[in-house]
Amino acid sequence: MLELRNISFSAEEDGSGKEILKDVNLKMDERFIAFTGPNGGGKSTLARIIMGIVKPTSGRIFFDGQDITDLSITERANLGISFAFQQPVKFKGITVSDLIHLAAGKKLSFGEVCEYLSEVGLCAREYVNREVNASLSGGELKRIEIAVTLARGSRFTVFDEPEAGIDLWSFNSLITVFERLSKKTAGSILIISHQERILNIADRIVVISGGRIVKDGTKDEILPDLMTGSFACRALEKKEEA
Amino acid sequence: MELNQTKMNLLREIAGLEAVPQGAYNIRDNGKLAGRNTTANIDIVTKTDKPGIDIIVKPGTKGERVDIPVILTETGLNDLVYNDFFIGDDADVVIVAGCGIHNAGGLKSEHDGIHAFHIGKNAKVLYVEKHYGEGEGTGERILNPTTLIEIDEGGSMTMESAQIKGVDSTDRVTKATLKARATLIVREKIMTHGKQFAKTDFHVVLEGEDSGAHLISRSIAKDESHQHFVSCVDGNNRSSGHTECDAIIMGSGTVTAEPRLNANHIEASLIHEAAIGKIAGEQLIKLMTLGLTEKEAEEQIVNGFLK
Repeated sequence: MLELRNISFSAEEDGSGKEILKDVNLKMDERFIAFTGPNGGGKSTLARIIMGIVKPTSGRIFFDGQDITDLSITERANLGISFAFQQPVKFKGITVSDLIHLAAGKKLSFGEVCEYLSEVGLCAREYVNREVNASLSGGELKRIEIAVTLARGSRFTVFDEPEAGIDLWSFNSLITVFERLSKKTAGSILIISHQERILNIADRIVVISGGRIVKDGTKDEILPDLMTGSFACRALEKKEEA
Repeated sequence: MELNQTKMNLLREIAGLEAVPQGAYNIRDNGKLAGRNTTANIDIVTKTDKPGIDIIVKPGTKGERVDIPVILTETGLNDLVYNDFFIGDDADVVIVAGCGIHNAGGLKSEHDGIHAFHIGKNAKVLYVEKHYGEGEGTGERILNPTTLIEIDEGGSMTMESAQIKGVDSTDRVTKATLKARATLIVREKIMTHGKQFAKTDFHVVLEGEDSGAHLISRSIAKDESHQHFVSCVDGNNRSSGHTECDAIIMGSGTVTAEPRLNANHIEASLIHEAAIGKIAGEQLIKLMTLGLTEKEAEEQIVNGFLK
């Protein structure tokens, strides 16, 4: 369904190019794929490249066989790719209901809006008319971001660290959301996560570190290694031992 | 009262009126009285010493609305009017004012409204004012409203003003003095485009103990337009004042925000917030991931901001 061919990306830093991604090749057909790996390893950049938010320095991206490398964010969204931000964007004056309607691209009944919100554990009556601004807590914004993304009904949905910045209580219900989603989604889900419980429901786990894919397999193949910390930094380990 | 299509359209834009209003009203059309109605509690009287009217609301009047729209369709007209509002103690009313200009000619059309509010003890006023300009002519459309507000003990006023379209130049002055426990809330929305200029000048004096004011301005300056926002709050007693200027600039639009807080009493608590900038790139990107084009995303953000 989604294929990355020889994707590289360099960012300007202090006048010289810093390589963030190095010749990444990946074909994704599974229903539920997880990217994991250390911070700064290139996961989020790769996800942004898929959505078109970031243009790769070289390489091509294919969606259902179509080369989408030169397509805009809007065009990719309309082809069926959607993206839930790690840090949800805030708006002044745009309500939860507005965003869900824009995402769905059609007029929805109150019941339908309610459905999306209750999916993420929010009561529609309390939230539909709230502005998506700083008056909402980080956890609330995060859930709304997921509800809005669900309303897209896309064939390929990327969630960038949905667990980041939310409290433990919200986290438990979030896991339930993704467990349910993994069972009933019609399309594919790509989720960037550091959480064992999320990785546990993935069909496939891709470990990205230092701009490369360092491991790729089923959870049974990957999880045991992750747990023993074979990807952890040696220097840090030594420090902890001492 | 007979009003043509153009005039009815102006009334709809500024006052949401589809027909002659119910209740008290005074419609001023090209500098002349076009219609008036009074009620048992609300009287409207033409001034004898200068152009304008006195609107007198009896003490204790509840739930009534007064409409006092002004429309200008003649090019080259300079209309100056003084309106005084006397709101009796304990009254609770809605006042809808506004001015619509349709300038089809090449001369300047101008309306300068000087509105003075005398709000009684524990009275409550919602004042809605909308300014709108249109017309195919090259003549300028100018609106310079002055609002003078005195609120007696325990009284409150909420002023909602909007100028979204078609006014070439506006210089808006609002001055208020608040007695004990009086409150004033001002919500202003302005959008300028082309070469338009808008100046807003607030001066609120918190004279009485426990008086409070919130001045909130949201504005968008597009193209080559310029806006200047001045807000001055004097805290002369135990009081709270808050002013907020939130502006989006687009194209070559420019905005100046000039706050001035004078805390003249140890218990005066005054806050000013100002944020000016272009539309955040991440907002555009988020809406584009929902399938909107960049232009559609921009429209959504602007509409939401001024909603």
